[in-house]
Amino acid sequence: MSSADTTLKHYFVSHEQQFDAAKLGMWLFLVTEILLFAGMFVAYAVYRSWHPEVFLQASELLDWRLGALNTVVLLASSFTVALSIHFVQKGENDKVVVLLIMTLVCAAIFMVVKYFEYSGKFSHGVFPGAGFEPHGIVDGKDYSKYDIPFAPQFFSIYFVMTGIHGVHVLVGMGLFGWLTTRVARGHFSPQYYTPVELTGLYWHLVDIIWIFLFPLLYLI
Amino acid sequence: MSDESHNYLNARKGLWSWLSTTDHKRIGIMYAIACGAFFLLGGILATFVRTELGEPGETILGQDQYNQVFTLHGVVMVFLVIIPAIPGILGNFVLPLQIGAKDVAFPRLNLASWYLFMAGAIMAVCGWLFVGRVDTGWTFYTPYSSGASNAVLWLTSAVFIAGFASIFTGLNFIVTVHKMRAPGMTWNRLPLFTWAIYATGIVQVLATPVIGITMVLLFLEKLLQIGIFDPALGGDPVLFQHFFWFYSHPAVYIMILPAMGIISDLMGTFSRQHVSGYTFIALSSVAIAFLGFLVWGHHMFVAGQSALSSIIFSMLTFLIGIPTGIKVFNWVATMYKGSVWLRTPMIYALMFLFLFTIGGLTGIMVGVLAVDVHLHDTYFVVAHFHYVMMGGALIGLIGGLHYWWPKMTGRMYNETAGVIAAILVFIGFNLTFFTQFFLGTKGMPRRYHDYSEFLEIYPEFAVLNLASTIGSYILGVGLVMILVYALYSLFRGPKATANPWGACTLEWTHTGPVPDEHNFHDTPLVTRGPYDYHLADDVFGKKTES
Ligand code: HEM
Ligand SMILES: [Cu+2]
Repeated sequence: MSSADTTLKHYFVSHEQQFDAAKLGMWLFLVTEILLFAGMFVAYAVYRSWHPEVFLQASELLDWRLGALNTVVLLASSFTVALSIHFVQKGENDKVVVLLIMTLVCAAIFMVVKYFEYSGKFSHGVFPGAGFEPHGIVDGKDYSKYDIPFAPQFFSIYFVMTGIHGVHVLVGMGLFGWLTTRVARGHFSPQYYTPVELTGLYWHLVDIIWIFLFPLLYLI
Repeated sequence: MSDESHNYLNARKGLWSWLSTTDHKRIGIMYAIACGAFFLLGGILATFVRTELGEPGETILGQDQYNQVFTLHGVVMVFLVIIPAIPGILGNFVLPLQIGAKDVAFPRLNLASWYLFMAGAIMAVCGWLFVGRVDTGWTFYTPYSSGASNAVLWLTSAVFIAGFASIFTGLNFIVTVHKMRAPGMTWNRLPLFTWAIYATGIVQVLATPVIGITMVLLFLEKLLQIGIFDPALGGDPVLFQHFFWFYSHPAVYIMILPAMGIISDLMGTFSRQHVSGYTFIALSSVAIAFLGFLVWGHHMFVAGQSALSSIIFSMLTFLIGIPTGIKVFNWVATMYKGSVWLRTPMIYALMFLFLFTIGGLTGIMVGVLAVDVHLHDTYFVVAHFHYVMMGGALIGLIGGLHYWWPKMTGRMYNETAGVIAAILVFIGFNLTFFTQFFLGTKGMPRRYHDYSEFLEIYPEFAVLNLASTIGSYILGVGLVMILVYALYSLFRGPKATANPWGACTLEWTHTGPVPDEHNFHDTPLVTRGPYDYHLADDVFGKKTES
């Protein structure tokens, strides 16, 4: 066994085989992620079809401008991550570092916006579940008027879905941080860049899920 | 040829060399030890349950204790034994060998899966022991579960974590089968065990995330009262049942498909014939995997689901009988005109055929709407699922363990002891569970610790329950006997040859008595099918075990 090539694991025959295996594995993992979220989308669909008016009314409390801002931020990050894969394939690693850091920053902006949204809600008693007790007036909206049956379900679903999505964003940030250091230390080359590619795939999924969450929760 | 003294077992030494191994064969052994221990625990709990029911009136367990004990029994047997065992033990050990690979596609992920599984298992058992004795049944139906003790939080987290172990195992095997096959190992040369584990992987990957999110939602329901499932908060308990069974029905195929794969290999090897209908058996596994996703509603016929959905679910349930029947008939046809060699593994294969058929047919019976209204939540259902889960999945596993034992340990076990234990298991099992079909049709409900109040109308309950309990003891003796002669064989058993059964698949023909660390010295070049027994005697030598 040649010791020169450390990126090819001994149980694989070639780089192509190793790369294909990793990519197929990642796609399967993304399928499980979709099914994980599917459970929550089903819960959303069920409760929405039972109480459409409540969902319509409750969604007024979510600020669509912040949601739209986050959508733009995430789309931008998907773009930078796609570019980073493009450049790692060409071996231009300093560009890759910059692009990965830009992605990381976008993800951080997303989380900061979410933090302000959440804390704004919590300060007016909009909690998931039993703690739901909306009060106070924001932007001319009297929160106490939203204390109606099944509004808690809407916010439970909102917090659970965006919360779990947020956890995925945090994981993505961790991955981008780790990738950045590895690129900077010269671990990747046009022959071997599997982790960048796979993290990119993951990040596109996180992005796509948000693309569904935003209209379903904020707009309709 | 291989150097006899050097193999995967002695390549490295010490406990840490095991706990840090990425060798699929060693990970398989680690699953064997873990699942074996959990099976012992689950079995002891079952003995408590059965002893309580042996006589009318309260004997050894109070009402609450009874509920707690059968809950842990169910959780342990389902989530810690039957679901992980065959893929974890035999899938890991055998599958890469069968396709001529050096390892699975992601060895480190494989080890991580074992640790996730152990973490889930320890959380489940410790949560039950030290935090609170959950008594919801393994189904965790709301509102029982949202109102139960906080230990539910532990159990749901445990199921979530162990679920991810199952997902990663399935994912690993799918990728391995797609990408790691040796040259010449085409899809229609895959051994049927590998096909079955592949189909199982599909179910694991597609179904398990749903129980994952269900457990997360249940966890949050308990912690924050989010009101999705709990009717007291405006939630919908039937939605929970839908989510739960959307996983748990496919999960029964996670349990049975690998066992079916084992049986296919056993039938070929011990009938010394090409497995009849190879393509049909292979593809029916995949068909079952997909159809299994469309029938979950048959658990909810009396839970307030609409009549129309019940009718549709009932009809789809009948469809599952078709691919299943295809398998059963092909197994029988494989033996026809073969030279059946009745060794312990084959005895278990025949036992499977008999018990699984009863389990499957009674499953069709409870899939009939009018019948199920009567039989739901009675002992008939308990008997049905034990015939499939224990009579099917577990008997398949035991047969497979006997079959691959020489390859895993390098030793033979005592054949006579094997046969006697098999007979005890068969008698004990049928006595335990066949009686329960009668109890169920008479209306004895499940999950009751005492049936004295029924005795006035049905005095036969007493004797049927007693028989069932005696049966469970016989079954227990048979299982303990297996454990004893297995341990004996491990230390004292005669050394096995490389291919004691004269089998045709790569794990027997291309490795030494105990495979070495990297499986094959040279990657095999496959030029024939997995059951080409017409070539066997001249190509692989005559069967050596007397
Ligand atoms: C050692 C032999 C076994 C005996 C004597 C036994 C006996 C029992 C009994 C008496 C019950 C409780 C019935 C009730 O009142 O609801 C039960 C439930 C159950 N058993 Fe077994 N069992 C055995 C092995 C297994 C195995 C191997 C499995 C693996 C799948 C299993 C899975 C279950 C499940 C899932 C339940 C239902 C638990 C629930 O509904 O909460 N059992 N068993
Ligand atoms: Cu089912």
